[in-house]
Amino acid sequence: VKASNSLSFSLQAKMSRPVQARRLEGIDKNIWVEFVKLAATYSKVNLGQGFPDFPAPDFLTEAFMRALSGGNHMLHQYTRAFGHPPLVKVLAQFFEKLLGRDLDPMTNVMVTVGAYQALFCCFQALVDEGDEVIIIEPFFDCYEPMVKMAGGTPVFVPLRPNPPKDGKLMSSADWQLDPGELASKFSERTKAIVLNSPNNPLGKVFSRGELGLIAELCVKHDVLCISDEVYEWLVYDGKQHIRIASLDGMWDRTVIVGSAGKTFSATGWKVGWVVGPDRLLQHLRTVHQNSVYHCATIAQEAVAQGFQRELMLYGKPESYFVQLPKELQQKRDWLVQSLDGMGMKPIVPEGTYFLVADISQFKSDVPDVPNSDEPYDCRFAKWMVKNKGLAAIPLSAFYSEAHKNNYTNFIRFCFAKEEATLKAANDILQKWKQEKTS
Amino acid sequence: MFLASRNFCCRGIRTCQLRTDLLSRSIKRSASATMPFRHKNSRRIEGLDSNVWVEFTKVAADPSVVNLGQGLPDISPPSYVKEELAKAAAVDRLNQYTRGFGHPSLVKALSQVYEKVYGRKIDPLTDILVTVGAYGSLFSTIQALIEEGDEVIIIEPFYDCYEPMVKMAGAKPVFIPLRCKHDGNSASSADWVLDPAELANKFNSKTKAIILNTPHNPIGKVFTREELQVIADLCIKHDILCISDEVYEWLVYKGNKHIKIATLPGMWERTVTIGSAGKTYSVTGWKLGWSIGPEYLIKHLQVVHQNTLYTCPTPLQEALAQAFWIDYKRMDHPDCYFYSLSRELESKRDRMAQLLKEAGLKPVIPDGGYFMIVDVSMLNVDLSDVDEKQPYDYKFVKWMIASKKLSAIPLSAFCGPETKKQLEKYIRFCFIKKDSTLDAAEVILKNWNKQ
Repeated sequence: VKASNSLSFSLQAKMSRPVQARRLEGIDKNIWVEFVKLAATYSKVNLGQGFPDFPAPDFLTEAFMRALSGGNHMLHQYTRAFGHPPLVKVLAQFFEKLLGRDLDPMTNVMVTVGAYQALFCCFQALVDEGDEVIIIEPFFDCYEPMVKMAGGTPVFVPLRPNPPKDGKLMSSADWQLDPGELASKFSERTKAIVLNSPNNPLGKVFSRGELGLIAELCVKHDVLCISDEVYEWLVYDGKQHIRIASLDGMWDRTVIVGSAGKTFSATGWKVGWVVGPDRLLQHLRTVHQNSVYHCATIAQEAVAQGFQRELMLYGKPESYFVQLPKELQQKRDWLVQSLDGMGMKPIVPEGTYFLVADISQFKSDVPDVPNSDEPYDCRFAKWMVKNKGLAAIPLSAFYSEAHKNNYTNFIRFCFAKEEATLKAANDILQKWKQEKTS
Repeated sequence: MFLASRNFCCRGIRTCQLRTDLLSRSIKRSASATMPFRHKNSRRIEGLDSNVWVEFTKVAADPSVVNLGQGLPDISPPSYVKEELAKAAAVDRLNQYTRGFGHPSLVKALSQVYEKVYGRKIDPLTDILVTVGAYGSLFSTIQALIEEGDEVIIIEPFYDCYEPMVKMAGAKPVFIPLRCKHDGNSASSADWVLDPAELANKFNSKTKAIILNTPHNPIGKVFTREELQVIADLCIKHDILCISDEVYEWLVYKGNKHIKIATLPGMWERTVTIGSAGKTYSVTGWKLGWSIGPEYLIKHLQVVHQNTLYTCPTPLQEALAQAFWIDYKRMDHPDCYFYSLSRELESKRDRMAQLLKEAGLKPVIPDGGYFMIVDVSMLNVDLSDVDEKQPYDYKFVKWMIASKKLSAIPLSAFCGPETKKQLEKYIRFCFIKKDSTLDAAEVILKNWNKQ
């Protein structure tokens, strides 16, 4: 008893046995924790983490304020667990239009805490120990640890760059899957493939042909498709975002993941959703009701109103889904120009608000360290934020452990930023160029 | 840009395209695949699909039903809480991502409030995790620290999610019931106690944790220091964790004191304590909760959090932080919402008890929380002809909703398989309701025997 008294004051006091569950093995590291801290400490211009530094649209914040001031104080209490009725109803209406099929808001739609939690529900609901899940590299980093936490085995297949012969700037479209290589990744243990289109970090918008290839393999091997489409509205140059669930044989085996944060530039609201067939969503509902159960009501109410407005303005020039990609395309072009003008080679993204650039020409600034366990682009990004005040994310962050050293000359920039921010980034980049040439 | 075609084995792509265009427009409903669908649920959620709330919130959603079932206030949250949310949402950067493990101003405020309560230093960055409701804290804690092969002791009756969460983590729930001291004639939640010898017998080498809920849902019991010491002694003796669900920590009635088991000697280092904004500020729809404990435990919860939803909504966290500062400054004053809400609820508790007594029932008066349980067998409602295999209290509540337009929750929803039978005559009422709701309940209860 005396020992336990003194232990209670000791800062080192712990239980004597190992505490954590084995499911946490190998998933404790997280690049964002480190890079967000670095950006907060050193950056003058933060083009790192993916969130807008411009405000969410007025109609959305006004909807939030209306909900608050409207005297319905029940908006501060629990709503329906699987999604606030006005929100699931308008999501069903919207996606009916987009997918060309009838949707039941109660069974074909579920609201989640951001697309992040939607992805979590997918893996927890459908992946068992021993299942393989195909992940296309480079990938939004959470897919790998989520598959592992569900006891699954991630199987990676890379997008490979095919540079244009004419010396033009590379496009995200030039990064492609090798069909034979992709087909070889499917085995009888394959449970699902994760598709992310438009793709973070490259900005690739998968073409109908590319999606058709994936769909054929899914149908042939009876594999599920987890389709992360959070950047569905951010496509440029007149391109079209094609939903794989609308391809033949795919609706029954696809869960579509979406995000209000990306759709409405309000990442801090953490409202996401899944759309899919009831016989898959029923299992996601089971995970949801045993993990978070409800999502915050008031943000759902405001997002519902945002979608109602967009439903009315669909396809019209005042639609936010028309205006936002237009503005972001301009910002993309500015950043492309800035980077190209100083020697970093941007890969022009077809979609999303990310852009990857080749930094090979700057290797002399940050000497390589032989046998370092840190990939080169990681060291470069850290050096850049500390010495130039410009934050970006190393591309190796989006690769599996085994493949982190395959593409180490690239960093990812986020261009969902105010004009002033992009101008400031340009100033840093131009100054850097001048320092190099002098 | 179809330049990619040269890299693909395009056999069938053109026909595939045509078929897709035609079929996707003509198919309105999903035709069930003729081949057997092999994609079932993962093993971890086997048997966890039913949920009492999904069932009963649907039934009680009828606006003509007086809803004393689900635990949500129909009183307004304090105005300053709503005002802080309006202020927060007006700041552009507060509509974007914040720190994953908890918005800095919120974890700072929580550490200040709880340092006062615990009487020890609490590091806002390492000892606290902000989650999506206390529900999210329970999930993060269990996923972080419990696994296949573990046993987890759950005190019955229990908040229903403990059992499925323990099962989803692959572990085995081991139940121990609170029993009424006076052989059914219970006037107070304090009469419901654990048998220390029976409790001790539940611990073995596989036991990983015990889940404690004080003040207790559904009974309203506030565990005394002596009762907590019995649990603590066993935790220390067997070197196990304590998951302490204290969401109703501020709602304790006269003559009672909420004691944190983590403040008992030897317990801080093995306890994760869970709190809730929803219950603290009557904003269940904000879905913000927190886990507090030693860094070496909380860090594992943080790993779960960063792999499940990463971050909680920003404007709600900012507003909550500001609300906490307001009440932190008056924590030594009776006007503090933590105490004023408790006083408001005590009179509602007393009114609810009175209404039930007048209907000829003997409610169990809770020492804390905002629920009250009552044995309805005295009402002699014969439901033996109701065909369902459900326990009596499920049938009773459904009947009561349909014929009396009053809802409650059946207590067997909060019981493990062996105790369900023993408590199937009890139902739970929620009394954090505005006067007009309680007035409507009064009318129903007064007129019970007429009809």
